[in-house]
Amino acid sequence: MVNQAKALIDREYKWGFVTNVEADAAPKGLSEEIIRFISKKKNEPAFMLEWRLNAYRRWIKMEPPTWQHVYYPPIDYQGIIYYSAPKLKKDRPKSLGEVDQEILETYEKLGIPLEEQKRLVGVAVDAVFDSVSVATTFKEKLAERGIIFCSFSEAVQNHPDLVQKYLGSVVPYADNFYATLNSAVFSDGSFCYIPKGVRCPMELSTYFRINAADTGQFERTLIVAEEGSYVSYLEGCTAPIRDVNQLHAAVVELVALEGATIKYSTVQNWYPGDKNGKGGIYNFVTKRGKCAGANSKISWTQVETGSAITWKYPSVILQGDHSIGEFYSVALTNNHQQADTGTKMIHIGKNTRSTIISKGIAARFGSNTYRGLVKVMPKAENARNYTQCDSLLMGDKCAANTFPYIEVLNRSAKVEHEASTSKISEDQLFYLRQRGISPENAVSIIINGFCKEVFKNLPMEFAVEASKLLGVSLEGAVG
Amino acid sequence: MNLMLEIKNLHVSIEGKQILKGIDLKISAGEVHAIMGPNGSGKSTLTQVLAGNEKYEVTKGEVIYQGKNLLELSPEVRAREGVFLAFQYPVEIPGVSNAYFLKAALNEIRSAKGLEEMDAVEFLELLKEKMKLVEMDSSFTNRPVNEGFSGGEKKRNEILQMAVLEPTLGVLDETDSGLDIDALKIVAQGVNRLRRKDRSFLVVTHYQRLLNYIIPDFVHVLVGGRMVRSGGKDLAFQLEEKGYDWVKVEPEVSEEHVK
Repeated sequence: MVNQAKALIDREYKWGFVTNVEADAAPKGLSEEIIRFISKKKNEPAFMLEWRLNAYRRWIKMEPPTWQHVYYPPIDYQGIIYYSAPKLKKDRPKSLGEVDQEILETYEKLGIPLEEQKRLVGVAVDAVFDSVSVATTFKEKLAERGIIFCSFSEAVQNHPDLVQKYLGSVVPYADNFYATLNSAVFSDGSFCYIPKGVRCPMELSTYFRINAADTGQFERTLIVAEEGSYVSYLEGCTAPIRDVNQLHAAVVELVALEGATIKYSTVQNWYPGDKNGKGGIYNFVTKRGKCAGANSKISWTQVETGSAITWKYPSVILQGDHSIGEFYSVALTNNHQQADTGTKMIHIGKNTRSTIISKGIAARFGSNTYRGLVKVMPKAENARNYTQCDSLLMGDKCAANTFPYIEVLNRSAKVEHEASTSKISEDQLFYLRQRGISPENAVSIIINGFCKEVFKNLPMEFAVEASKLLGVSLEGAVG
Repeated sequence: MNLMLEIKNLHVSIEGKQILKGIDLKISAGEVHAIMGPNGSGKSTLTQVLAGNEKYEVTKGEVIYQGKNLLELSPEVRAREGVFLAFQYPVEIPGVSNAYFLKAALNEIRSAKGLEEMDAVEFLELLKEKMKLVEMDSSFTNRPVNEGFSGGEKKRNEILQMAVLEPTLGVLDETDSGLDIDALKIVAQGVNRLRRKDRSFLVVTHYQRLLNYIIPDFVHVLVGGRMVRSGGKDLAFQLEEKGYDWVKVEPEVSEEHVK
């Protein structure tokens, strides 16, 4: 069993290959010139450059946060390349036929074929390769219903009014160290706009890929759901195996107007580093949604299996009366991975409701922290929150922590919190194996049982993918 | 008679402590053997070793099952070859439904035998039929494996699993412990209905009462890691009457010697 377990743990990260494409990159380091360079490369209007510079000037006075329960050496922000784009035949490919073969093959290898006819019916993809979006599928079909789904850069060019109106409306440029850095240097990402009363007919998804060495990836996603609209959005991420750490500092902003619903699902599988903790992505991400209108709903579902360090708190500001916020999370840390993740639910409107289900899994030397804030503001009459945090430990050198903060400023609030910590035991594994089940499937069955409440919120294909991914990331971690 | 299982001079230790000190046992196809003995005599150890629990170390001896060296096989391969252990303490698997778990097990066993996997509809039909054997109601299929089960439900669940997986050798580890008389009868009846010419059972129990309902062909008494006596079903009654002191013998080798 020990040998079997070892073989499984030592299995390689299969998304770790490098694509050979020439890159058009900025020199290392960060300065006003670099920001002007990025903005010029992207041919941005003046308001964007000004916004970036404001963020930059703010950022140089800020300190990185130190309250999180993760440890890493200080990051040399002057050692990072802030802009890297694959050199394309043209400035921006107008159709898939113009996208470089190597890049198409990369996505093919990752199991995300971009040719539309091969896509699963019902999923449109925006593919972000290093700093730029290389392809967006099903654009025309979505446009028929007035849905805008494109790269952030295109949105800045084609829909500057929408961008100017909503950019920073949920995560202001001065929000926090990493979000401010992102605001200064972000290079691309996805933009999505669902008009009034439209139910988006397919899942929208962005697939992020870091390829170049020494680069940081700073993408920005903005989703606006107008009154009574609905959209389900998926996000996936991978990166090559490299033995130096790479920084990924993204920002995601969601705006749900009256009666709108946004469902945002993430399967994060950045390179986690090797089994000794060398290399891997620092995933420092700010995700926040605003239920701006009454009866709106924002639901975050995340499956975090990758990255050397994960620092993210997808949150919901429940401003509209009767609005609903949900957070379903599975975070897994194996080997030397560290995660400090959770959510914030800020109840402002009346009769607002929030649900938090967090499942943390730690194996080997992994450290897994849930950190959450439930805040009920004075005018949030009859606010409700239910929180459940469960941790599963595999082995005796891993750690799980829970830091739930609750601030209630209205006496009518009802806030519930439940927490548990358990271990995946040799006895459970033996029991399943005694019934003829292989060790890999046994681990997978146990973990999937533990994560059931979260997985059931994922779209079907994603749930299958997520459950396989957990299996691969964890198999044999006991022993 | 076809020999199904042969245990020869089996020595087993856990964490350096010798538990079994030379066990010999032969079980032929279709037979029911009972092993009785006081607490700590090594009864459960024997069942765990047969099932392949790696916590236990076999220091000497061999186990031949259907002509194969059983000790070389992993637990899941043993299960696929037809060895089933009804656990004394069945574990809980939260979030995993009984039906899902049993279907996964059955299909892995079927695949190993080169049979086609069973689909959900076929499986549920089979499960329903088998549930009648142990008088379980349908709510049971969607409940998580053993979670929140009473002691009796857990034991009935073990027998249900055995009925679905249809092993060749069923090993029951104190399946009677913690059962009231009604549950005991249900469990025993479940086992009796599974008795077949080509299926054998090894029933481990502390008390004789289970053997009123599952009538064994042979009874063995295990004390201090050794079989001290073997006989027919009457031996169980004698034990009940006279207690284990009657058969207790001094160990030949002290534990210091073994280390």
